[in-house]
Parts: sequence; structure tokens; C-alpha cells
Amino acid sequence: MKETVSSVVIKKEWDIVGARQAGRQLSQELGFGSVDQARIATAISELARNIYLYAKEGEITFEELYDLPKVGLKIIAKDKGPGINDLSAVMEDGYSTSGGLGAGLPGVKRLMDEFDLVSDEEGTKVTTIKWARP
Amino acid sequence: MSSLRSDMQDYKDLLSKYLETKDEAILYQAEQFSKQSIQQNISPDEIVNVHYQALKDIYPDLHEQIEGSFKFLIETMISYGLAYQEHQVLREKQIELKSEIGVAANMQNTLLKTSVPKTHAIDIGVKSVPAREMNGDYHHFIKDEQGNVGVAVADVIGKGIPAAFCMSMIKFAMESFSENQIYPQWILDSLNRVVSRNVEQGMFVTMFYGLYDVYTHQFYYASAGHEPCFILRNETREFEEIDAKGLLLGVESAVKYEQLNTSIHEGDLIVLLTDGVTECRVDGRFIEQEEVLNIIKEHEHLNSQEIVEYVFKYFERLQDFQLRDDFTLVVMKRNSSLSV
Ligand SMILES: Nc1ncnc2c1ncn2[C@@H]1O[C@H](COP(=O)(O)OP(=O)(O)OP(=O)(O)O)[C@@H](O)[C@H]1O
Ligand SMILES: [Mg+2]
Repeated sequence: MKETVSSVVIKKEWDIVGARQAGRQLSQELGFGSVDQARIATAISELARNIYLYAKEGEITFEELYDLPKVGLKIIAKDKGPGINDLSAVMEDGYSTSGGLGAGLPGVKRLMDEFDLVSDEEGTKVTTIKWARP
Repeated sequence: MSSLRSDMQDYKDLLSKYLETKDEAILYQAEQFSKQSIQQNISPDEIVNVHYQALKDIYPDLHEQIEGSFKFLIETMISYGLAYQEHQVLREKQIELKSEIGVAANMQNTLLKTSVPKTHAIDIGVKSVPAREMNGDYHHFIKDEQGNVGVAVADVIGKGIPAAFCMSMIKFAMESFSENQIYPQWILDSLNRVVSRNVEQGMFVTMFYGLYDVYTHQFYYASAGHEPCFILRNETREFEEIDAKGLLLGVESAVKYEQLNTSIHEGDLIVLLTDGVTECRVDGRFIEQEEVLNIIKEHEHLNSQEIVEYVFKYFERLQDFQLRDDFTLVVMKRNSSLSV
């Protein structure tokens, strides 16, 4: 069962901050602890920055999940950019251009509980979920 | 995660004790705690959070600014946490790779195994030690139906796994040659064709090939851009350099190699080697070829295997037990007819 859906358009670098802000607000309301809030914010940054850098334009959508007693936050990053060629290479540790910072898409996967990635020439869609620890 | 919770209690106890007593013993326990946390893959951001939670428990009315500062710190630690976790994964991968290379090196040793021919005419010793796990040097012995002995010493330009692949190919090519075709020129001509056909540009092999005729005591030899070899003449007590013109294997497919020969007299000693022996560097200077040869000369009275073992030990020690390059040394001594 899902409820409130909200979204932030990513176009300028500044929008990354807006997306973080929105995500933090929601995660606070859902009762995530400080570390998880920070993890969610970092994941949002990574996803939003990829949109800003590689697709120029896109959208981050948030869904509150109430799978009682579990409560979670779903984050979808979607764009109509050029897409990612070699998905398994991108998901390999040590691949991202930042090399060795552990960030990038594998980092997002680590920060969150569930992760899915679909990408072709039409664009990229990353779906991830974090569950609040009761 | 449940262990994190019990550790959390420990951490809180340690912290409050420390704040009371400032005792060094508790700092020591903190050190143990951090080691344990690393073992359990607990990342730095989590530790900061444990500290923050403990502090809130000990001082329920913590100043708002302090709380805020911890949230700030946790935020800045998240990327350290990720880098730490990635590091763990890469470390595991590295261990895996290392063990795979270990297996490959073992396979290489089995594949490239060659036994030293036993013959009453000459006494043969050989020592080949890789600098890293995979050996880029190669040596091979052949004994034909008449009992003549062929010996090859080779060095791939390049190291590690690619070099090892290349060597395996050469070994199988050599094994496919019939036992009556072991004249140096023929062998190098044929090997050169194999290498140029099968190896990508940029991978070259140097080889010195010798054939010892045990009836006439002629030593036939040819070289594909390899280090010169040496004969310690019993009569003069001097080393004589033996070398033949020839391009490295794999440079050009239609090369003809030069073949020369020399007579070996009783007590003469033939030395075949790779540049890992003559170019081994110690404290920024190259060890002179002469130094190698002198050591061999000084220990000439030993049998051939003892000589090569001795030379190797000597160089290993000179290089602080860390070989910079693959080391291969073959010594062949013509026995005096009295001892036959
Ligand atoms: N939304 C996207 N559209 C198109 N290509 C993308 C997208 N997201 C990622 N990529 C491609 O995937 C690669 C890996 O992305 P990832 O975020 O893992 O690392 P990075 O952006 O290169 O470096 P880092 O994020 O660590 O600074 C990128 O270099 C880019 O080529
Ligand atoms: Mg990125």
C-alpha cells in the first residue's frame, strides 16, 4: 500500500539540494534515525547528480510506503537521457569516475535496502527503497 | 546489527567511565573496541552515531547545538562509510585474485616442467626462480634418440600472466618437434614462425638454444636476441663469450637464424642464463656480469647443481631476498673421461 507521492524536478545543480531537502523531510516524518536520514540524503545526491551530469534533466519521485508494521521510503530517479551502456560494469565496485570513493551507483545500492536499475537509449530509471528500522 | 546493540551498551559504559576517570586503561579498551568494530565491518558513520546516542543517554539534556553538530558529523561520515565498505569488497576480491594466480602459477610449474637429462658425458645443473608468482623465464631440455642434449633458455619481454601464457605456447611448440630435429637453427626458425603467428605484437621472446653432441663434444648454438652465454675453458681458466646473431622471436616471421659451434673439452663449463641474472640491480647499480662469472669460477669444483644453487643464494642475499627479475641459470660441465 502506498501513499503520498511527491517529486522534485532536477535541472540545475541547485535542484540536488532541493531533492535532498524533500527526502530528508519525508524520512524524518517516517521515523528514520539520524544515520539512515543521512544515508538517504546521500543516495538522493548521487542519483540527482547523475541526472544533472549525464541526462541534463529528470525527476526524483518519493513514495511513502506503509507495509505495516514496516514503514519505508521509495525513491525513483527517472530521466530521458542517453542511458547507461554497460550496466554490470557500472555496478562494479571501483568503476565510478570518482574511483575509490565508494560512491556512485554501487554506493546507492549499499546505502539503501532495495535497488533496481533499468536503462536504455530512451533513458534511465533507478528505483530504490529504504525501510525504517523499527 | 544485534551485536551492534550490545556493543552500543559497552561503548556507553566505556565512555561514561572515561569521562569520570580519564583513565588510560579505558582508552586501551576503546582501542580494542575499534578493532572489534572493524572486524565486524562496522563503518565509521555508525561509530559516530553510536557515540552520539551514548552521549545522549549519559547527558539527557544535551545542548541542542551539540546534537546538531553530531548530525552534521554523521552526514560528513557517510561517504567514509561507503569508501570503507568498498574497500572491504575490493580487499576480498584481491584475496580471491591472489589465490587464483597462485593456482595458475602451480599449473604453470606443472605445464613447464622439464627434467634434467642424465648423461655420463656432461653434468647439468639448473636453477629457475620467478621474481613474482608467474615465471617469465623458461628453460627446457631435450634428449634425442642418440643421447644428445638440447637446452633452451628463454625470456619473455614482459612479466606475469601474459608472459606465462606465451611460455606455455613455446613449450608446446617445442614438444611437437620430433626428436630428430633438434638443431638450434631449425628450432629457432620454427619457433619464430609459431610466435609471430600466435602472439600479439609487442610480445617478444629471446632464446638461446644449444645442442650438445655427446659423441663429438661439439656444442651447436643459435640465439634469438638473447644474452650471450659463456664457456669457462679448462685450459686457460678464462671465460669465452659465445653469441650468435639473430632477431628476437616474434619480430619477423621470415628470419633465418645463424648457427655456430665450438668444441667442448674435458673440464670445460658452459653457462646459460637470462638477464635476470646479469641485470640484477643492487642499491641502484647493476651487478656486473663479471661478478656472476667470478662466483661460478670460484666454485667450479662443485657439481653443476651445487654451483647454480650457490649463485642463486648469493644473489638472493645481495638483493635482500627480493628478486627484481626472474632468475634462470644453467650450468653444463663436461666430465673428464676418467670419471666415466
Ligand atoms: N542517469 C544517467 N544517465 C546516463 N548515464 C548515467 C546515468 N547515471 C550514471 N550514468 C553513467 O554511469 C556511470 C557511473 O555512474 P556512477 O554514479 O556510478 O559514477 P560516476 O558518476 O562516474 O562517479 P561518482 O558518482 O562517483 O562521482 C557514469 O559515469 C555515467 O557514464
Ligand atoms: Mg555519479
